[in-house]
Amino acid sequence: MIRTKVAAARWIGRLSRATGRGGGTTLPGRVLLKLDPDAIDKLGASLRNGSTVISATNGKTTTAAMLAAILRAAGREPVHNRAGSNMTWGVATALLEQRGDEGLFEVDEAWLPEVAERLRPKTILLANLFRDQLDRYGETEALADAWVEMAGALADSTSFVLNADDPLIADIGRHTGPSTTYFGIDDDGRAVTELQHASEAKQCRVCGEPLLYERAFVGHLGHYSCPACGLARPEPDLSATEVKLLGMDGLKATIETATGSHSLDLPLPGLYNLYNALAAIATAQAIGIPPGDSVAALSRMKAVFGRAERIRIGPSELSILLIKNPAGANEVLRTLELEEGPLTLWFALNDNIADGRDISWVWDADFELLSGHVGNVVCSGTRAAEMALRLKYAGWPEQDLTVVRDIDRSLEVVLEDGPERVFALPTYTALLELRELLADQDSATRYWQS
Amino acid sequence: MKFRLLSLYPDQMNIYADRGNIIFLRNRCLWRGIEFELTACGLGERFEPSGHEMLYIGGGQDRDQRTVAGDLVETKREAIGECLAGGTVMLAVCGGYQLLGESYESGSDQIGGLGLVDLKTVRGDGPRLIGPVAIETDLDGSRRMLAGFENHGGLTWLGPQAEPLGRVIAGHGNNGSDGFEGVRSGNLIGTYLHGPLLPKNAWLADHLIETGLKNAYGEDVELRPLEDGLETAAHRVALAAAISGR
Repeated sequence: MIRTKVAAARWIGRLSRATGRGGGTTLPGRVLLKLDPDAIDKLGASLRNGSTVISATNGKTTTAAMLAAILRAAGREPVHNRAGSNMTWGVATALLEQRGDEGLFEVDEAWLPEVAERLRPKTILLANLFRDQLDRYGETEALADAWVEMAGALADSTSFVLNADDPLIADIGRHTGPSTTYFGIDDDGRAVTELQHASEAKQCRVCGEPLLYERAFVGHLGHYSCPACGLARPEPDLSATEVKLLGMDGLKATIETATGSHSLDLPLPGLYNLYNALAAIATAQAIGIPPGDSVAALSRMKAVFGRAERIRIGPSELSILLIKNPAGANEVLRTLELEEGPLTLWFALNDNIADGRDISWVWDADFELLSGHVGNVVCSGTRAAEMALRLKYAGWPEQDLTVVRDIDRSLEVVLEDGPERVFALPTYTALLELRELLADQDSATRYWQS
Repeated sequence: MKFRLLSLYPDQMNIYADRGNIIFLRNRCLWRGIEFELTACGLGERFEPSGHEMLYIGGGQDRDQRTVAGDLVETKREAIGECLAGGTVMLAVCGGYQLLGESYESGSDQIGGLGLVDLKTVRGDGPRLIGPVAIETDLDGSRRMLAGFENHGGLTWLGPQAEPLGRVIAGHGNNGSDGFEGVRSGNLIGTYLHGPLLPKNAWLADHLIETGLKNAYGEDVELRPLEDGLETAAHRVALAAAISGR
């Protein structure tokens, strides 16, 4: 029976692409799940070598792309929801349309427990939990509770790879089985001494008392302990030391493992991408790929669309950096701080459902970091005015701020004088719009064909 | 002149970017040549009731709100009461708003509140009330609109002694059924319009600053108007997002 349903849903996918109605990255899966709600269970079970599932607030798509590159270098071609469609229907669509021996799926935080229950993955990577789209996901702590419950249910059958530096994630390790591995950063020089004001996890998950941070790297990711109950950050099995950030050009670090150390030369910027790389290397190790091979594969990696991708438009180079929540945006701002100013910036703040209708978060991100470092700034998107307002109150000169709600027009405005470099910071649906525009202009290929 | 703002529990009650309100107040004071002083008062700390033009408390995660509730009653209730009696302005947002009332009931669990206003909050059985809101209020003597975003599981009911902040034009408000939003009592305002509501409503920010300064320096205080092009645009777009339901 599943075969007929699969055939019907595949046909819908071809039809939706042929008629140009969307990328066909979700529709076939939606149809299939309507026809057979257990389709993910059935198709997932047919993957001979099982599945690897990735979830996090920030870095899902990049980490999955890193892991896919590592697998490909090892001659393994996973079934992978590479277009970033990461709810049940996105997973179902990938299972429908691709063939392979193993699965690699990034999964939305809220959908993770259901998808994991259906797929029974061999390996689950949990990388971080930040404040994000409270209107859709609810509180971070509540999400962590749901993940703990899932981990307990899968403890016997699934290996977990966890971020030692995120106390919300490391806590899940109290409920997983023996094959749990941890990764983290061990470089004092890269740390900030104070927690950012929008940080999660100020309290110990065990006893509720305030955590003590010795150092923090990204948001609440860092080295912590609980003076009240003695909880400590787990010792990572895989860690990064001697980190050197090279602005938009990427970073260098030494990856320390039980079996030796390796020099990572990552063409992606920022400490957040170092975390993504560590997560990918640790997960690859859990599924049989030696860290040395992973490090080599990552050094050859190109940016995933919208995650630090660069595109040439006439005389200008457009660097695209997705922003969607305070922690992620802060890391982008910290990366831009290393670039030579004054910077030409293009923002696109949308409040569609996939962005989160609530745009409060822009007031939690530290745009103050770049005041005094910016030149021409154009704000677009459905909430362009409040974006510009946020920047004004971050101390950016009001006369440099232009509001052009329409994304198409705003791009023309920012590119008008042919600036050498433009940094584009769109939210999720604005990124999709930008992609459409650029595809129309033939400057880039459609992401789902890559 | 100096505008002294006391922020209550900034480490716990900050879930929806509450600091946007503080950034906004700060800049609008400084741009007018009014000194701005920010003090924080956290768990276990007490404060002197004199010397504040305004108190602020924001929203928090459930666990934080429970911790804060007990501490608030134990270490700060008296001082807050004295401040309000002396005409200090107070803005309480979302979780902070709920804590102004007698109690917060969730199933068999009951959290005691400050009991400063005649209202109580009960955790509803239905889905959380989430979305853009627009309300109409006559706070500064004329009919004005407030735009914002709400996200709350608790339903708040005002008692006969309490006056609502405004009437819901779009969105849910206090409980999704009686058409009222927030509460006002003297210079105290409570509202579910969470996080950075002042950036979306510059007039309210100025109303709070002016009321606070008048209380300290006399009725002659008048705020100089600012160049508010972006503020007005942001207000209009936020209102439109609520009213069109887009």
